[in-house]
Amino acid sequence: MVQYPNARLDASFAALSDATRRGVLERLGRADASITDLAETFHMTLTGMRKHVGVLEQAELVTTEKVGRVRTCKLGPRRLEDETAWIEIYRQRWDSRFDELDKVVEELKRKERVDGRKKRE
Amino acid sequence: MKNRTTVERKSERELVVTRTFNAPARIVFEAWTKPELFKQWWVPKSMGMFLRSCEMDVRVGGRYRLVFGHDASNTDEFFGTYNEVTPHSRLVWTNDEGGADGPVTTVTFEEQDGKTLLAMHELYPSKEALDAAGTGAADATRETFEQLDELLVALGSSGGRS
Repeated sequence: MVQYPNARLDASFAALSDATRRGVLERLGRADASITDLAETFHMTLTGMRKHVGVLEQAELVTTEKVGRVRTCKLGPRRLEDETAWIEIYRQRWDSRFDELDKVVEELKRKERVDGRKKRE
Repeated sequence: MKNRTTVERKSERELVVTRTFNAPARIVFEAWTKPELFKQWWVPKSMGMFLRSCEMDVRVGGRYRLVFGHDASNTDEFFGTYNEVTPHSRLVWTNDEGGADGPVTTVTFEEQDGKTLLAMHELYPSKEALDAAGTGAADATRETFEQLDELLVALGSSGGRS
């Protein structure tokens, strides 16, 4: 298993924690694209897409190159084939799910308290 | 205070997710077994998926079916059967949408001092099935993981490219 330094792992996982950015990587896996293409594909403003691409660039998942007035994006040199990355992505998914479950559970507890008071009254 | 979610690949065929909830097991169990509650948390907004319908007949031999998708012509379905339903302590269901490679999911609820330790096991029929599923993508997250799977293949094939 490849061991990445933690800072690079953090940057990767932060970059991958966003659905649009995952979509951008998947899109670039098929073919290089300009920021304008990507903004259109994901129904976003150019400014919004530039920010996403910036995060992916910092994580070295994407590289960009400006030719004339067009900035072309392609997949970067990083590879994410090790299992640590999979497990962390999977963990984040469950973590966000369970954060929502916490809210449901708190609401159920609150209702129980209210019902309990009603019964005693 | 937020409790920590852990994920471990227990064996070649098995993934385990654990998390503690600050509530008795009967409450956590209720949130896993009542569809109107289940659909409030199973698909957080950050997943970018839309749950169209959620049917759950939570009893031994009962079926469940989750339908995802933003428009009716392009949907993804996840379905299976409850093999075990032990109130407040244990749920077991199959994941049949992927055919024979789908895992069996076991969720246990262990109450201690008013809190519940939840463990979710996904047991795949083979190491290959788990690997292929992208380390356990056989639940409602499968769609996203398939995208990631393609992405990893693409990234892998472009390795070393500058």
